[in-house]
This record gives sequence, structure tokens and C-alpha cells, in this order.
Amino acid sequence: METKSVGYDCVVLVKQVPDTKRITGQAMNEDGTVNRAALPAIFNPEDLNALELALDIKDKFGGTVTVMTMGLPAAADVLREGFYRGADQAILVTDRRCAASDTLATSYILSCGVKKLNPDIVLCGRQAIDGDTAQVGPQIAEKLSLPQITYVEELISLDGKTIVAKRNLGNGWQEVKAELPVLLTVLDTANEPRVPAAKRLMKCKAAKSRLEVEALAAEDDCIDVDATCEALEEKDLLIKQWDLDFLEADLKWCGRDGSPTKVHRIQSVVLAAKETKQVESSQTAIESMIHELIVDHTIG
Amino acid sequence: MGNFYKDNEDIQFLFRHLDLDKIAQLQEEDFRYAKDFDYAPEDACEAKQNYEMVLDAMGRLSADYIAPRSEDIDQEGNTLNEDGTVSYAKGIANALNALAKANVMGFTLPHRFGGLNFPNTIYSIAIEIVSRADASLMNLFGLQGIAETINFFADDDIKQHYLPDFAAGKVTGSMVLTEPDAGSDLQACKLRAFQDDDGNWYLHGVKRFITNGCSDVLLVLARSEERIGGLGLSLFVCDRGPTIKVRRLEDKLGIHGSPTCELFFDNTPCQIIGERQRGLVTYVMSLMNGARIGIAGQSMGIAEATYRVARDYAASREQFGVPIEKLPAVRDMVINMKMAIEAGRALLYQTSWIVDHEIGLNKIIERNEDKDSVKATRQELKFIKRLAGMLTPMSKYFCSEMSNTVSYDAIQVLGGSGYMRDYACERHARDARITTIYEGTSQLQVVAAVRGVCSGTGEKYLAQLAGKNYADSVKDLTKLLAEGTDTLLKAAVFVKEQGVDYMDLYGRQIVDMAIALIIGYYFCDQASSQVDMEVAIADNGDAEAPKTIPMVKRKEIIARRYITRNAALIKSLAEEVFSGDKTTFKEYETLIGPVPEIA
Repeated sequence: METKSVGYDCVVLVKQVPDTKRITGQAMNEDGTVNRAALPAIFNPEDLNALELALDIKDKFGGTVTVMTMGLPAAADVLREGFYRGADQAILVTDRRCAASDTLATSYILSCGVKKLNPDIVLCGRQAIDGDTAQVGPQIAEKLSLPQITYVEELISLDGKTIVAKRNLGNGWQEVKAELPVLLTVLDTANEPRVPAAKRLMKCKAAKSRLEVEALAAEDDCIDVDATCEALEEKDLLIKQWDLDFLEADLKWCGRDGSPTKVHRIQSVVLAAKETKQVESSQTAIESMIHELIVDHTIG
Repeated sequence: MGNFYKDNEDIQFLFRHLDLDKIAQLQEEDFRYAKDFDYAPEDACEAKQNYEMVLDAMGRLSADYIAPRSEDIDQEGNTLNEDGTVSYAKGIANALNALAKANVMGFTLPHRFGGLNFPNTIYSIAIEIVSRADASLMNLFGLQGIAETINFFADDDIKQHYLPDFAAGKVTGSMVLTEPDAGSDLQACKLRAFQDDDGNWYLHGVKRFITNGCSDVLLVLARSEERIGGLGLSLFVCDRGPTIKVRRLEDKLGIHGSPTCELFFDNTPCQIIGERQRGLVTYVMSLMNGARIGIAGQSMGIAEATYRVARDYAASREQFGVPIEKLPAVRDMVINMKMAIEAGRALLYQTSWIVDHEIGLNKIIERNEDKDSVKATRQELKFIKRLAGMLTPMSKYFCSEMSNTVSYDAIQVLGGSGYMRDYACERHARDARITTIYEGTSQLQVVAAVRGVCSGTGEKYLAQLAGKNYADSVKDLTKLLAEGTDTLLKAAVFVKEQGVDYMDLYGRQIVDMAIALIIGYYFCDQASSQVDMEVAIADNGDAEAPKTIPMVKRKEIIARRYITRNAALIKSLAEEVFSGDKTTFKEYETLIGPVPEIA
């Protein structure tokens, strides 16, 4: 079996999301879906924490960091951001047949991508601010039969093939030990993401995917797509572009066909406590409260 | 998710308005480095793209990472440990680490040492942005002139030894000049430099008020010759070590994150920078000029930070049933603060641009590729050098005084709340206070600037500015400026006739007039800009009112208010000069009386 002498190969799964903190009047379409055009597209915040943790591992132990995203060609923006912060390689999984994928299909497609890379550590943000499901990371781990440590707040140790991380469960902590390869989902409290490094900004702003080069070539006859991509690849600035054929993905698990989730209705629910009630901390008071909740069908 | 670059329309406007193409070409020496360094630009367009991306990143870092730490930095300060080492406030240590990771600690250093090779104009913007987040951090981020001094004047092996570490942010530096008896008058320095039989240099003596004196690399001004005065001084570089003791950390009014050290050198081994005897007269003068620009940038950042708190307060605090910014006295203060900041920014960025021009022309001469162009460049350089020598002290003087005025008024706008620690205005006022003192007091800046104004440099520059093409909308204003220039030149002739003492006595009036005129022209130039940019207008409750205005229209309004108000001021300053009043010399003892006894 091949053993790696130094460092860890990390894959960070990132997502371009609409900036839901800047909601304006036109943020939702009539049918209740998100109007992505009206909101600025940003690097999903917790994915930056995942990337920072990967870069931190690389700084301490050596190795490589690959950023991967599934999305439209425009998602190359977040991959460039990854380059600016220190990623060595960027992969854009893009294919029309990915459209309408729910978390199940997305995690299947991304797991095919991760499999190609065979990394030591897969890192994801805990959840994306558009869907807030926190499902894709865990589903990928399941599909690849990897151990997973979710809600990671701190990397306690990384020694040979053993990782120990601290999970924050909201009401307490757990220290979890696992054997590599492993998948982590990372919390925003884990670290403060670094800013882009100036020299990387200056160098990597030229990074492009083949689709982007083709778009430029359509405007400018002087651009030779193959030659430009080759030149970019030589400088490690070509954003790799993988489609479902390259991933050898089974199409029945991708896109609309692979997505059992159906949005039935979208409703704006405003939760407001109309009245509060103090319950005494005694056995009888709690029993009477539970009884009350069962009677009005809140529980049970 | 803030961004101190992207949220500042004036900076973004000036970035586009200034002729950065020319500066980029000079700085990158016709873009010859692109083939050797993968991050060096291929043309001016790419250079500007680089500048803006880095400023954008620094804007984010400053807003989201540094600014939230500034209050703790102020309260925590630095610590002198028992073993004589100094620990930075936690926020400062974090921020330095972040700046190093962001590759911005070798901002102006050449590519070959790992620097970004950015021009001073962009460095000034960056210093302003960082200082807005934390003024004291500027004393570390903005000390890159130390590395730059090594780059300009030291031997190549010294450069190779130190500069890559500076650029990587692995080391910080300090400029070790001041002594207990040598403050403004550095010619009085006593710290001794001596050689052993093998020719190795050592330092012995005391230095005081040394910003970041606990640094890894120290540039030390020391007496290497028997003779007294400036020509007895040389400049040395040494590493921190057991022979350098930090004896004391000063307890200061402001900039608490910046450690101010008293140092004792006990036969510290060192290396000489450049040639003997040129320490003060050439190298430190150059170092100080860069540092003055840096302090002007720091002053801008403090002013911008405190103005924003005041403006926010003026809009939200209600008294007499209205937000206080509806009251004439408050309105006036807020506008004056905002305009003073834009005036300072115009002067500082233009000065930095001219400093870059000077450095660029020097590079052409050093390369010596084409005899004819070298000759023409030398000719051009002569005036640019004098101009930089006049505008640099003007910027330092104007921006630092402005920063104090704005900090003072910001507290005034907040009233009682401004006096409390609950708001950042009191910290900004404390931080601003040093800017008119260190790197040469305002009084010394005036002495340097007034010589420029009275020697013909001022006249020539104002004539150049008057000869530019301005939009019709500001033609009437340039007439006012021309009248003001006449008045200034007459006053300058008058003080020269009265002698040097009189020139220094009325220096401030002369320099204030000159600065008001120069900035007046800058505002007219901005109002004539080709830059197409819309900026937001505050909501005054009228739904029909326009929501935005072109920046050039806004700048026209600023130019009008600034120039018309200053026209009256210039007349009154001139009258003071023409008064011939010399009571300051003749009646000092009478008016002041004996020195009071201090209990």
C-alpha cells in the first residue's frame, strides 16, 4: 500500500450562494423560489471556515488543498476565491444534467468527484445559507462509507492516520477520534478565515475554467481556446471542469431524476410568542404542562 | 461583512481620478518584471487591477478583522516582560499575523525581495484604511519605510539578508533616532558608534521614545565621527539581541497598541548603511519623508473613523423633536468635517503621486539606458524633487491638524456621550493627538513647507495648476484661486524682505494660504474629472428628491464652498502677514513675565 510521506490531501467542498443577509424586495420569485439574480453571489460563509481549516492543516503538516464546487459556470468565482486564499487546485463540476438536483442528488454527484481525488480529509461547511439543510456533507460521507465528524469547532490533533476533533453540539462538546480518510463539517466558530494573499490575488485573478475561456473566445477571434487553456494549466491556473460523464456518474441519481425532494408550497412563517407562561420546577407542574401540550396537540 | 475600501466612495473616486497609469509604468519600469515574476503586471491596466484587488482585500481585513479588535487593543496596551521582551496586545499580534498572511508587509519593496512593488500612492490608501480600523496598528504596518531605507541605501548583501524577511512579515522594524536630548534636533544625537580593530561596528548609548523599539530589526542613527552636528552621524542596522535592553515602555495618551520604548545599547554589534556621515543628512531625511506621508495617512484614517461615528450620531440622535443634524450648528460641523477629510485626502494622495513620480524618475536615471532621456529626466526631476519636498510637510501638517480638528468636533457632535468611553470618538481623539507631534511637529513641517512656498516652488506649482484645463462649471472658482495666488505671492515677497525670523514667525499663515489654494485647485480638478461615478444622496424625507448625484457635480459643490470660504480666510491671513507685527520677538518677556513656580 502506498504511504504518504508528508502532509494531507484535503478536498474542500464549497458552494456559491445568494447573499441571504442582503435580502431586498425582489429576493423571491412569484413561485416562492429564490431570485438568484437579485442577490449578490457569495462564497458560502461556513465553507470559508472549512477552507481555512484545510489551509491550516496544510500550513502545519504540508499536503494539498483542492476546492471543488458543483454549479453553473459562474461558480468559478468561488473557486478563484479559493485560489486567492491558498488552494492548489480547483474543480468545477458543471453539467446541464445536474440542474434541479436536491441534496441527495448533489451529494451523489459530489461523492463521485471526491472519489476521483481520493483525499485524506474532505471538508465542508456545516450548512449553506441558501438551503440551510446541512445534509450534503453527511450524505457524501455515507455514500463513500467515510467516518464523519460534524459540527467541528476545533481540530485537536492529527497524527498519522488518526484525527481528533471537537464537535460543538450547542449544549455541550464531544471529542471524537476517527481514522482517515474522514469527512468533516465545520462551524463558523471554528476559526476566522484568512483574507486573500496579495500575491495570490495578483497571480490567480487570471485563473479560468475552459467554459470561461470559450466565452472570451466567442467575443475575441484572437483567442485560441486550446492554447489558452494549456497556458493556464502550465501555470496551475486552469480551473478543471468535470462533467457527469467524466465522473462516471449514474444519471438516474443525478439532477431532477435523482431528486426525490419536491417543494410543495412555500410559506412565510413568522414565529411569535403571544403569551408566555412560567412553569414551576416541580414534578407535578411539569406533568401538568406536558398534559396540556398533549391536549392541544402540540406534542404527541 | 464590512469593507473600508468599498464603503468609501471618495477613495474609489480618487483611485480612478488619479493618473495611476503613469505611476504604474514608472514603478514597474515599463512592466519589465512580468516575465520574471508571476504576479507582476504586464501593463498599466493589470497593475491597476492588482492595486484595486489588494485594496479591496485590505478593506475587508480592516473592517472585519482589525476594527473589531481596536477597543481591546486600546485597553490592553503592550507589556514589558521581566526578561526585557515586549508582548504586543493580543489584537495587534493577531493583526500583524493576518497582515503577513495577506502578503502586505512588503507593500512597496521590489519583487525580487518578495515585495508587491506597489507605488506609495496605493500604500497611502492602504495606510488610511488600516488606520481607520486601528490607528496604533499603523505604527507597525506603516513602518515599511525602514525596509525601504535599507532597499534604497544599503549594500546588496544587507538587502538580501533583511528584505525577504520584511516582505514575508517575519520581522518588523523600528527607526531608532530620538534621544533624551535629541528630539526635533536630531543633530544633537550622542549614541556612539565605534569600530574594533577588525573594523566591526558597535553601538553604545540610550535612545528614547522609539516606536516599536522592541522590533527584530533596528535602524539606528549614531555618532560615528568625532565632529559635532549632523555630519558626525551615520546610520546602522542591527538585530534585536541581549545587548539591546528595552528599559521602559512609555505610558501614553493614545495609540496604545504601538509600543514606545526606551532602549539601552550596550556595545551592540551592527552594520553600517551606505556611507559614513550621510546617516542624518541623506538617509534619515529620506526615511522621515516617507514616514511623514505615513503619518498623514494615519491621520486620514483616524479622521474618517471618528467622522463616521459622529455622522451616524448626528442622524440618529433626536433633540427638540428632530435629529440633531437638522440644527444649523451641527449641520455645519458635520459638513466641515467631511470636507476637511476630502481636502486632506486630495492633498495626501496627490503628494504621494508626486513622490512616486520622483522615485520613478530616479529609477530611469539609475538604469541609464538612453543618454538623451536621462538628461531630460534629470531636468524634470529637479522640480519634482523640490515639489515633493514642499508637499510632503504640507500633507503631514494639514492632515494631522485636520485629524485633530475632526476628532475634536466629533466629540462635540456627540456632546456628553462623546466624552464617555462608550463611544470610540474619545479614543480617536487620543490617537489623533500624537500625529501633529511625531515624525516632526507641525511647527517643523511649517518651517520646511514655507521655504518651498517662498523659494519659487510654490509659485511654479500654482502656475502649473492654474494652467490645467478645468470644466466651465468651476471657471469662476479658478479666478478666485488666481486672485488668492496673487495675494499669497505678495505676502511671500513681504516676509522674505523682513528676514528669516519673520518668515518662520508668519510661516503658518503663508503655508495655510498655499495649502488652501493648492487644495482649491485639486477640488476644481476633481470637479472636472472624466470619471463617471454616481454617489448616493442622503434621504431628506422628500420622496421626489433625487437619490444620487454624479461625483463630479458633488465635487463642484465642494469646490465652491471650499474656495469661496477660503477666499476670505486667505485675505485675512495675508493681512496678518502684512501687519509687520513683531511683538513676538520684542515683547515676549514683557508679555509673559517670569517663569512661574510649579508647586
